[in-house]
Amino acid sequence: MLDKPSFSLDGDYYSSRFSELGKGEGDTLVLNLGPQHPSTHGVLRVIVELDGEYVRRAEPVLGYIHRMHEKMGEVKTYVQYLPNMGRVDYLHALAWNWAYVGAVEKLMGLEVPSRAEYIRVITCELNRICSHLLWWGAYVLDLGGFTPILYAFDDREILMDILQIPTGSRLTYCYYRFGGVSADLTETFLTQTRNFIERFKTRIPMYHDLVTGNMILRGRCEDIGALPAEMARRYGATGPVLRGSGVAYDVRRVEPYSVYDQFEFDIPVGKNGDAMDRYDVRMAEMEQSVRIIEQALNQIPDGPFINPDVPDRIMPPKGEVYFAVEGARGKIGVYLVSDGTARPYRLKLRAPGFSNLHVFAELAQGTILADAVSILGSLDLVIPEIDR
Amino acid sequence: MTQILQFLMLPLVHLIVALIAILTFIALNGLILVYVERKVAGFIQRRPGPFEVGPHGLLQPLADALKLVGKQLVMPRGADRILFWVAPLLSFAPVAICLLPIPFGPYLLGLNVNLGLLLVLAFSGLNVLALCLAGWGSNNKYALLGAARAVAQSVAYEIPLLLSVLCVAFTCGSLSFVDITASQTRGLLSWNVFSQPLAFLIFFVSALAETNRAPFDLPEAESELTAGFHTEYSGMGFGLFFLAEYSYMIVVSAVASVLFLGGWSGPFFSGHWWMLGKIYALILIMMWFRWTYPRVRFDQLLNICWKWLIPLSLINLLGTALIINLVR
Amino acid sequence: MTTTIQKTMKGLWSLIVGLKVTGKEFCRPWITVHYPRQEVTNLDTFRGHIDLVPVLDDPEKPLCIVCRRCEEVCPSGCIRIEGHVPGEEKEVPVRQLLLVSNISLPHSAAREPICATDKTLRVLDGFSLNYNLCSLCGLCVQSCPVSSLTFSSDVYLAGASRKDFEFDLLQRLIDRAGSTKLKKAA
Repeated sequence: MLDKPSFSLDGDYYSSRFSELGKGEGDTLVLNLGPQHPSTHGVLRVIVELDGEYVRRAEPVLGYIHRMHEKMGEVKTYVQYLPNMGRVDYLHALAWNWAYVGAVEKLMGLEVPSRAEYIRVITCELNRICSHLLWWGAYVLDLGGFTPILYAFDDREILMDILQIPTGSRLTYCYYRFGGVSADLTETFLTQTRNFIERFKTRIPMYHDLVTGNMILRGRCEDIGALPAEMARRYGATGPVLRGSGVAYDVRRVEPYSVYDQFEFDIPVGKNGDAMDRYDVRMAEMEQSVRIIEQALNQIPDGPFINPDVPDRIMPPKGEVYFAVEGARGKIGVYLVSDGTARPYRLKLRAPGFSNLHVFAELAQGTILADAVSILGSLDLVIPEIDR
Repeated sequence: MTQILQFLMLPLVHLIVALIAILTFIALNGLILVYVERKVAGFIQRRPGPFEVGPHGLLQPLADALKLVGKQLVMPRGADRILFWVAPLLSFAPVAICLLPIPFGPYLLGLNVNLGLLLVLAFSGLNVLALCLAGWGSNNKYALLGAARAVAQSVAYEIPLLLSVLCVAFTCGSLSFVDITASQTRGLLSWNVFSQPLAFLIFFVSALAETNRAPFDLPEAESELTAGFHTEYSGMGFGLFFLAEYSYMIVVSAVASVLFLGGWSGPFFSGHWWMLGKIYALILIMMWFRWTYPRVRFDQLLNICWKWLIPLSLINLLGTALIINLVR
Repeated sequence: MTTTIQKTMKGLWSLIVGLKVTGKEFCRPWITVHYPRQEVTNLDTFRGHIDLVPVLDDPEKPLCIVCRRCEEVCPSGCIRIEGHVPGEEKEVPVRQLLLVSNISLPHSAAREPICATDKTLRVLDGFSLNYNLCSLCGLCVQSCPVSSLTFSSDVYLAGASRKDFEFDLLQRLIDRAGSTKLKKAA
């Protein structure tokens, strides 16, 4: 009766199109990874054409968690859009907070008190460590090591407890405000942060012992997914993915915003751009973040944590502005066009993960399926951020 | 007449009793090992592990087993009905025979055959077939890839396993587990692990690969293949694969402790306690590995086998043969 | 050849180092909080759903002056307020969602305490919160000119239906007042 079942086992539009497009020679297998798959971390879907275990072609399919954040910006007032920013990239929410708040401040010419700038630096860097820790655990989990993610979460829980003190939440922070932050840092926060830094300095060698030096892990990362600097640039990759390829591009250094020009920190870069380099860059970045936090804790001045002269109504003048910050995954940019009303005319969010993801299709070609998973993990993707 | 009947029946009765005892032992061990594995994982990860069902979660594996038994048996559309259901049975059934010739004490063994070693190796090879059938019969691409991996892996690792076992057979001059154990009862230093350390290492690594334990759990590599060959199995189908995996752990640990660690020999306690202790020590080490290491890649796994283990075990075998000839 | 062997030896040593790490952790105590028997201790800084703050002298009467700023600023529209001006007995009109109050300013602690006897105040008749929609941004609390809103730190919220998370904050305030009264009486 039924030639085909109502739901086709041959797949949907994307997979049929994928099969039609350049069906390779020989006996190949089209495999659909995701949107529900253990190694795609969320709802990324990747269609791969396999020749045995070798990946002939790979194509990411996006849009499974598209939430129209950009359009939402056009219908909400400036302040009402703040909670959205914690949800674009839930792992480094404060960087997104900062990008948006910074763009509006730049457009309005709002001044941020210097204590607020230091608070932002401290919390944002703590959040960056948080994000890198989760990536570290999840990446090793992708490679089959179960235990490291729980050690990472041990540290991450402490970080979240610390960040909960000023922000009140644990993941989707909505903490920065136009002209400052919404709450001051307390004495408990400062002592807990100092304690955490002391503890973290002993934890990092343990991480290296357990995972970085491990022969099996090195075998899974070294020379896997080597990304040449030229190719990384071509795709617009940023963050650790670009730095792993040896390009020392960090927004904090190249276009210093806030008070980042007052801290001493290195920008770790890789050499070959393989998964191991990206891994090393992120591990080194955590140590650099600790360095920044230590300096900021020593230098933090007294004063107001928010500019008292913020106007009653946030209505930036007509014009456009672009503001970029360095997130855990790369350059986070907010492009804002204002028509002088209480709502943005247009809001464009530049998500670093979007550019980083598209490197994957080219990198994965010709690798083994297990390597493709390793490459995907090493790009540190947060799917909600890519889809926005 | 009755005497003749008794004479005829006795080995058969002995065999049946032994089989029943072994099946009970396997089922009980399945429950214990699931609990131990989860507790080990928990402690390594600084958490309590199962805790809610029964005191310290002791009844948790029982609850899990009940859940698995109670589940509906689902077969995917387009799967091969016969192969799909034969596979888990085939995976589990040979385990009982594998444990039959292994002596748990001087007299505590199911079947004293002089080719016991061969019997175990032959029947444990059947597991590959089960994984292959499961992958093929499921009509699932992940399962198929997992099955392909399982076959390549098991076939490759059977060779160093055999070669390392042969070394022990050479030194002891027998394929019977009883004789091999008997040759190791003269104190700690008479254990084969001291005369054949390389063979023991090769055997242990190959055994990890044969039982699909981490870091060689490629056929079910869940980050790539979701669950590998048993992706489509639920309920008792999955339960049998699960039970088989733990049973094979017991088999290889038992074989390893008989071949290399002196089997039931040891002071103060009776033989079976020593045997059990050695088996569990080896299993604990396997669990420790699992919760420490990432997974090896497929081609690396085969490289380890073909480029390192097989040449090493061949050299070891030749060296052993040479020394034995010289000594004689 | 020698380098290969050296590399392999180094690799094998790294495996043993890994085992040492997990072995050490194995012997150390748990760090997880064992929920039904233990509870986490840092809930005071957690921001849960909002609650009304009572006036100084009457725990049943909210501080709220029905200015409707919170209702207006809420990005998710989860607050609904009803109120009237005493004497006039007519409802306070909903403001146009155009003017956004300066929510970037935190409420200062040094605000005048408001007493229940103040006749000029508008009276709050109902304050409903649809917690299903709330995104916990805290803008409502910050926009309140009289600090009438506060965060509860209740994380142990669970329910079987959406209705369970539609709170009547005024009722909650009265309930809380009742329980404190009972405590006082006891």
